[in-house]
Amino acid sequence: MTRYVLRRLLLFVPTLWAIATLTFFLVRLAPGGPFNAERDIPPAAREQLARKYGLDRPLGAQYVAFLAHAARLDFGPSYKFPARQVREIIIQGFRVSAELGGWALLVALLAGIPLGTIAALRQNRAADGAVMAIALAGVSVPNFVLGPLLVLVFSLGLYWLPPALWEGPQGRVLPVFTLSAAYVAYVARLTRVGLLEVLRQDFVRTARAKGLPERLVVLKHALRLGLLPVVSYLGPATAAVITGSLVVEQVFAVPGLGRSLVYGAFNRDYTLVTGVVLFYAVFLLILNLLVDLAYAWLDPRVELS
Amino acid sequence: MSAAIAPLNPAAGPPAPGRLPARSLWSDARRRLARNRAAVASAWFLGFIALACFAAPWLPGLADPAAQDLRLGAVPPSAAHWCGTDELGRDACARILYGGRISLLVGLVGTLVSLLVGVSWGAVAGYVGGKLDEFMMRVVDVLYALPNIFLVILLLVFFSRSLLMLFVGLGLVQWLTMARIVRGQVLTLKQQTFVEAARALGATDRSIIFRHIVPNTLGPVIVYSTLTVPAVILQEAFLSFLGLGVQPPDSSWGTLISDGARVMALFPWLVVFPGLALSLTLLALNFLGDGLRDALDPQDRQQAR
Repeated sequence: MTRYVLRRLLLFVPTLWAIATLTFFLVRLAPGGPFNAERDIPPAAREQLARKYGLDRPLGAQYVAFLAHAARLDFGPSYKFPARQVREIIIQGFRVSAELGGWALLVALLAGIPLGTIAALRQNRAADGAVMAIALAGVSVPNFVLGPLLVLVFSLGLYWLPPALWEGPQGRVLPVFTLSAAYVAYVARLTRVGLLEVLRQDFVRTARAKGLPERLVVLKHALRLGLLPVVSYLGPATAAVITGSLVVEQVFAVPGLGRSLVYGAFNRDYTLVTGVVLFYAVFLLILNLLVDLAYAWLDPRVELS
Repeated sequence: MSAAIAPLNPAAGPPAPGRLPARSLWSDARRRLARNRAAVASAWFLGFIALACFAAPWLPGLADPAAQDLRLGAVPPSAAHWCGTDELGRDACARILYGGRISLLVGLVGTLVSLLVGVSWGAVAGYVGGKLDEFMMRVVDVLYALPNIFLVILLLVFFSRSLLMLFVGLGLVQWLTMARIVRGQVLTLKQQTFVEAARALGATDRSIIFRHIVPNTLGPVIVYSTLTVPAVILQEAFLSFLGLGVQPPDSSWGTLISDGARVMALFPWLVVFPGLALSLTLLALNFLGDGLRDALDPQDRQQAR
């Protein structure tokens, strides 16, 4: 177990190195520099800026320095906000994004698992059909369509909730709901499929045969195994909830990491973009490891190797 | 297995499942697909939408999408303008149909790119095996560590935001799963006797891979491609919504939704109709993909993502 974790952690190194190298050289290949403002910059100022960002040194030295700093999650100052460190922007934005994503994931699980369970227990009946129809709609309506529509109804039509800004509990309802809709649908589908498979197995028949009430059979025995697909989906879901929040943050003016990334992408703020992408890579690698561990814990048949 | 049965009935000759028209994979699949009403309806709907979009310039009575009528301004849906008009008096229906051309085209071209890259990559890795396979799959693993929307954003930040770049970029991030699927198929296929026979007849590795092995992976590849199309369309719309995708004067459903969302408090129809067009198309594509999967691959009803 410990050896497994250690080996996985060791494997992070080449992966992150590859991604860091890729982004570093993509930046060098990219057209224009960081200082392509509308106005011309005097040569002296340009030189000074280049020194500040370490662009005056040979490429090899820049690369080594970049790797050394990136290892400490230090990406230097932002190109567009020279007064702010990229790390600071990332930490600040991630806090908000993590909260948004966390709520959305919670809603997805709390709504999706019961819906999927109902659908599985009523397979091919009306309730099943209804849940699956909702699930399909949830998957097919993109969140940048759903978000504006919700604003249209609940903010501009009914005046129940604020249309934007991440302030107070009311301000969080629409962004969280918009972000979670697709994942409610997905979790419901996964729960249904997983549970249907498990309900056909022998140990469920045994549990029923020994006279356990149906409620216990489902909740105690079947769901534990039936939720495995959901658990293995949690990693990608967390990743998706956070990448998906890109759009939701834009729609509702939430000051999260996704908005920083989009802003950086717009303004060709290379340090910010590389920083955010590398940060996400680290985050996702750790997440995937945790998911694999959780998987082994839930299903005794899985062996870590 | 069938060899043991055949001698009992010499008159019927050796059973040749591939020869009997009613039993072949494709006709069998077609029958199964025809029985799936949702998939058939989706196929008709998609055909209708595609025809309407691509034949838009020749549709009688359809307004020019660029023709402005500033005195008219934005009017709600009416007999003259079924989807209303935008602030510049442009006919929204016409804009949706013309925007659909780009959205659908992005979906098709992006999928094609992903198909070319993914199938070649997976086939070569699986066929050659050994060190090369190890290396090629590591590359896939590294790219998997990043959500592909970030890769597209990286590409769009560092290179020009042109339509061509968008096509290529979206395709280039979608090939990973395809490569894995094809590699898995090839690993089992290359053990089979028909490959040995081809080699004994002096076929080159290249022709074995692309003439003999790849055609046999067609089923899963087709299924996965139909599910890639909506994924690519969605990503294009997502990027365009953020302002990173299709740039004016071109427009796609994503840019229409983005423009509409900005003025939806006053002119809600400008976000509702493009959103509807996009959502229904995605829904139909997903239905069709699911239907194809059930038809071509009845054993594997696990959902692929």
